[in-house]
Amino acid sequence: MIFSELYSAYYNTVAKIMEAAFDPDVTEKDLVRCVMEGAFSESVLTILPALKSGKWPLLKEDLSPALQHKPTMPLTTLEKRWLKAIAGDPRVKLFGAALPALDDVRPLFTKEDYKIYDQYADGDPYEDETYIRHFRQILSAIKNNRPVEITVMGRQGKETGACFYPKGLEYSMKDDKIRILATGCKYRRFNLGRVVRCEYYDGPGPWRERPLMERRRDLTLRITDERNALERAMLHFAHFEKQAERLEDDTCILRLKYYENDETEMVIRVLSFGPFVKVLEPQSFVRLIKERLISQKSCKLK
Amino acid sequence: MAYSELIKNFEKVRAYMREFYVYGFKSRTEYDKKSARSYDDERRRIESWLGDYMRFTHTPEGKRVFLSVDSRTTRKNPFYKAWKAKSFTDGDITLHFAIFDILHTPAIRKTLTELTEEIDRCIGSRMTFDESTIRKKLKEYAEEGMILMEKKGRKVLYGRSPDTDLSGLEDVVDFFSEAAPCGVIGSFLQDREPKHDELFSFKHHYITQAMDSDVMATLFAAMQEKRYITARNLGRHASEARTVCLVPLKIYISAQNGRQNLIAFHEKANCLSAYRLDYMSDIRIGEACERFDALREAFGRVEGHMWGVNCRWNMRYVEHVEFVLRIGDGEDYIVRRLEREKRCGRVEKIDENHYRYTADVFDTTEMLPWIRTFISRLTQLNFSNRTAENRLKADIREMYRMYEIDEDDGHDIQ
Repeated sequence: MIFSELYSAYYNTVAKIMEAAFDPDVTEKDLVRCVMEGAFSESVLTILPALKSGKWPLLKEDLSPALQHKPTMPLTTLEKRWLKAIAGDPRVKLFGAALPALDDVRPLFTKEDYKIYDQYADGDPYEDETYIRHFRQILSAIKNNRPVEITVMGRQGKETGACFYPKGLEYSMKDDKIRILATGCKYRRFNLGRVVRCEYYDGPGPWRERPLMERRRDLTLRITDERNALERAMLHFAHFEKQAERLEDDTCILRLKYYENDETEMVIRVLSFGPFVKVLEPQSFVRLIKERLISQKSCKLK
Repeated sequence: MAYSELIKNFEKVRAYMREFYVYGFKSRTEYDKKSARSYDDERRRIESWLGDYMRFTHTPEGKRVFLSVDSRTTRKNPFYKAWKAKSFTDGDITLHFAIFDILHTPAIRKTLTELTEEIDRCIGSRMTFDESTIRKKLKEYAEEGMILMEKKGRKVLYGRSPDTDLSGLEDVVDFFSEAAPCGVIGSFLQDREPKHDELFSFKHHYITQAMDSDVMATLFAAMQEKRYITARNLGRHASEARTVCLVPLKIYISAQNGRQNLIAFHEKANCLSAYRLDYMSDIRIGEACERFDALREAFGRVEGHMWGVNCRWNMRYVEHVEFVLRIGDGEDYIVRRLEREKRCGRVEKIDENHYRYTADVFDTTEMLPWIRTFISRLTQLNFSNRTAENRLKADIREMYRMYEIDEDDGHDIQ
């Protein structure tokens, strides 16, 4: 269904080469660049030689196009069905973009067909007008490289203000939240859902402040393969930069890098595996686990 | 056959990529005992697609290859590249560009003979195609929705489907390519868009799910048409895949553990079961299922007792889970955490410093990982599934032992 040459890097690259070939000043170097940018690392050995040799007779010997028009291709039904499915997602309203009507197309899926069952319940209000306005304001500021001034509602109900350059947006499916990535102030991220006011900022800089470098820390875990823990843990931690090593006693050492700011989250993620995942290093992280266990011991669990 | 970075079948590389990414600790000899060359070819291909993320280590058992990706820093799922490596023939690619060159606007309609003659005029000096090859390709493209066939008297006219305006959708497509199911299809649309800055990044992003996109898309298509499916399924305790016939009801996606499950009705066994998408292959859409709506409605009635993916038709099998947490002064964030993570359960305040969580679920053991995250504040457990309760208590005791917590005092858990 999905695995088709119609979507392949080769077809796309050949289309780009042919488009470039309509320029009478194009050089072979330009065409090689199309391959380097659009295809895979070994594709230079295949694509251009096939076009030049006439194996794929789409270019003439002088590298001019053998065809009459710049290549275009209509959308496939699969692509239209996915677009139609996206049109039904409440988050699409954030963008204020007009999706094609696609009246005669059945969506690939609807909200009845799937469920993200372990997503947190306090996700962002994607259909709230104020939230949508703030999202668009931030998006526009990023694109136009303009600073903004925001007021954020803190966890304790206290409002604080900040001026910064928004540089991107980060979405977490688990939290179901969008965070603004900032520079030019001391904070790196702001929860978009906590923003109560957002305007362009026309005042002076100096914008010398930078968020503290987000440090990554190493964590070494030993995974014991009981109750399918090895597979569960390897999948669970799959999204980190990591390296695994299997030992002879059916255990596995997993070394990963996590962001310092997420340390508490990492502690509870490790705890969720119980005795099947043991923290080996660093000792500071081992101490965090021990503190939890000592505190647990004082609970006199019944 | 000579090596090519393109492939005909996705299944083999799907398995290799999963091994390299999720595990990454096997040596060459462990992968494919029958053919070391096959391993070398797959490794070389994956390196060609994902070289930036490929890493190697040398151990006494040999060289180990693994993929290491911090998905928070990559704005595009790198695994989508594998879906863009389908092989084709010289004729396929030539014909593709020739057809859409002749049918360059939707207004142009041609008969098969006219198209064949024009293609011949275009490229005939270097490659020729007979009418049956072109007819086959046009039929294939009509099935993909790119070519429209119109009957005029005894003639069939071929034209291209109307173009779809994607302008102004760059941000939408960028976002949903990573944040929506079957995002790889969005990635195909991204390939059609002009270059632009990508503004979104993604945290807690399980990119390995991309490898199961075809399985998922086929299941969605079957659900939309309310049809049975057959699939090859590798059960958790089975060494070989078996063919199963199912009514697909819903896909359960995890944002926390990277797994995706199909919840389906197994008609022969008359039961609801969960099937891991990464263990499924060769999905075929079958006949229409007349009971689809009734089954989905019935599933909706039991869905409220699922913590994870395990479910049953009969509510008699629901297990009661209850635990009490100690929450100190100024620790309201724990109460908020309970509220946002409680799923089908309820949270109630017992006194100033204690909260009770209760739920009735089909499978208590699915809850244990979550309950373990509250280690440090668990004061009371009351599960109707005593085995699960004892297991949790034993796990905590084992953790005390592992971390050498006050081994002399063995009476904290009663």
